[in-house]
Amino acid sequence: MFKILKYSFYDLMRSRWSYVYFAFYLALGFVLLFLNNDVNKAVITLMNIIIVLTPLIGTIFGVMYFYNSKEFTELLLAQPIKRSKIFMGQFLGVALSLALSLILGLGIPFLAYGLFQSTAIFDFGLLLVVGMFLNFIFVALAFNIALTNENKIKGFGYAILMWLFLAVIYDGAFLISLVMFDDYPLDKFSLIATMFNPIDLSRILILLKLDISALLGYTGAVFKQFFGTNLGLFTSLGVLSLWVLFPVWRINVKLRKKDF
Amino acid sequence: MIEITQLHKTFGKLTVLDGLDLSIKSGGIFAVLGPNGSGKTTLIKCILGMVIPQKGEIIYDNESIIRKSEYRNKINYMPQIANFPANLTVIELIEMVKNLRPKVAKEQGLISLFGIEPFLTKKLGNLSGGTKQKVNIILAFMFDSDLIILDEPTTGLDPIALIHLKQIIQEAKAAGKTILITTHIMSLVDEIADEIVFLLDGKIYFKGSVPAIKEQTGEAQLEHAIANLLRKQNV
Repeated sequence: MFKILKYSFYDLMRSRWSYVYFAFYLALGFVLLFLNNDVNKAVITLMNIIIVLTPLIGTIFGVMYFYNSKEFTELLLAQPIKRSKIFMGQFLGVALSLALSLILGLGIPFLAYGLFQSTAIFDFGLLLVVGMFLNFIFVALAFNIALTNENKIKGFGYAILMWLFLAVIYDGAFLISLVMFDDYPLDKFSLIATMFNPIDLSRILILLKLDISALLGYTGAVFKQFFGTNLGLFTSLGVLSLWVLFPVWRINVKLRKKDF
Repeated sequence: MIEITQLHKTFGKLTVLDGLDLSIKSGGIFAVLGPNGSGKTTLIKCILGMVIPQKGEIIYDNESIIRKSEYRNKINYMPQIANFPANLTVIELIEMVKNLRPKVAKEQGLISLFGIEPFLTKKLGNLSGGTKQKVNIILAFMFDSDLIILDEPTTGLDPIALIHLKQIIQEAKAAGKTILITTHIMSLVDEIADEIVFLLDGKIYFKGSVPAIKEQTGEAQLEHAIANLLRKQNV
């Protein structure tokens, strides 16, 4: 598996898009710090971008890589390697190269700005961890979609729809339900509903760590009670891990019956 | 060497292999022929474990191979379309495949035979179709395996490369290897094949030597003999 990982990783590290992605984060980091002139504020702005963008890039890269390497995968399938190892290697190759772009692209400007002298270092660290989780989750989900759809266009469409649903539509539906059922106690419901969307979960996890939950009202207080504690932090990271593990498990199940 | 019994494979409603039985003994060149969509590639992919049949058994070297992976170390395969990761160089690709197989490779002779040296450090994405196909050939022939499977190996090759390909196929045969080849070029079959396996509607319709098929159909040319087989089927 590590051999495949190595080659997928090298392959991606040499593709123009990895550098575009890296350069984008690099520019974003510098611009945000320059405009905000404050690490703490930059972290908040950055969160809003990372939460939406990493899933999108992960989804697109995942689907694209899967379809583009079809023939290469066939070459690998003719080698004495287990299917699961081939695909896990490719998955990790894509996810890790994206994660590296993210960490280096944002890490360099923030380090240059003096992150270590700032109080925001923990928040920034959490932001990167969450960004990496989202990255792994959405690449895995994208692989799932690509694996079940032979047709490229369809696969691409479903992948974008999935991203749109989790990043935008889910929130909308969630908000509408909160307004509609205003008369009922909704704290438990919203807590659980949050768990079912990795993007929401990440957002709230970071928001509450950034201590701006006062904006969120009563439910915010319940959230703060939950996410603000270590138990909440580890539960949410645990749920995010499940969000990685479940799609990865499904990839392996699907692979067993797949024809190439 | 390979024993296939009652192999069934359907893709949705389309039945591609319908209870196919095939026995291939060790040594010689076997041409797998058949009209488009007759299941040639599916059969080969079943042997390689890339397509998983619904029913049936494939025995290679006295071992069942369904859902296994290690046995592929004993098979060299050249796929129909040569498409490799665009950002790797030729030499990196060759090193990678060597790295993935616990086996000695002798690629040097093949590289010079096909004149690939000037391309070794070029990225695969920048190579022409024919050059990619040559790399494909090198990858398939650099290992010493008892079974070599070639799926449409002549696509995009120039005449010189084609002569070299025929030459290394003959060398492999002389070394006692079994070569399974699919092609639509009948002159190639006529020239090199020892035995023909003719697939039709997911079954083996004819299996025998080139002279036998000519004799059976009463045609002097292989192309016409095959056409004759197909016509009889349609009547």
